[in-house]
Amino acid sequence: MKNAIRISCERSNLKVVRDFVSEYLAALGQSELRVNQIVLAVDEIVANIVIHANAEDASKHLDVRLNVENQVFRIELRDQGSSYSPASYQEPNMPEYIQQGRKGGMGMALVNRLMDRVEFTQHGDYNICRLYKQLI
Amino acid sequence: MKITQTPSDTTLTLVLDGELDASSSVLLDTELSNPAVLKYQKVLIDCQRLNYISSAGLGVFISHLQRFQDANVKLVFFNMQEKVHNVFEILGLDSLMTIVPSETEAAAL
Repeated sequence: MKNAIRISCERSNLKVVRDFVSEYLAALGQSELRVNQIVLAVDEIVANIVIHANAEDASKHLDVRLNVENQVFRIELRDQGSSYSPASYQEPNMPEYIQQGRKGGMGMALVNRLMDRVEFTQHGDYNICRLYKQLI
Repeated sequence: MKITQTPSDTTLTLVLDGELDASSSVLLDTELSNPAVLKYQKVLIDCQRLNYISSAGLGVFISHLQRFQDANVKLVFFNMQEKVHNVFEILGLDSLMTIVPSETEAAAL
């Protein structure tokens, strides 16, 4: 099964990554609901990397690698854009967001609630984000 | 993402077909930003063929909800797939937005 792809940092490639992760997880026999939850977490991080960290610069790329070890699904995302600081994370207050008409600020909340572990590290010029989820 | 509009005297129904992500949500934002939308009493969102929603898609609805409420326009979702409803639940939006099972119930509100 294909376990790695490289995309250029364009919004239209969000679906390419979702389809890739979705097919991989469906082949592992995961339920539609669970596949959607993991795909959503990956999509939120990929959108942040493509739109914010790399400013939709199509000359830049993002590498996605998937694997399963001891029934734990791991997604590794590697790029060379600006790095994300998890310390800046704030829990969204939804009634307040509605009142303020806010469009963003919920993506990381979804990721944190859906995944078992989320790591952001830097290696030289590269940012590496790893997401982990126990498979059932 | 394909969006089909079905207007009647008091109600505007938007049928969403496809995936609502950071790329396609721009189209929905344009539709909901149209001032003409506020002349209806209700805007119904048919989610039967909505196969995916990310925070960018939710953000479009969240960003217009107060504007709709201020104009006395009800925003009602119906026919939502379980996996899409689950995304609303994770953020607690299922209790802040009006989501009903069917078009009949949406029309009766």
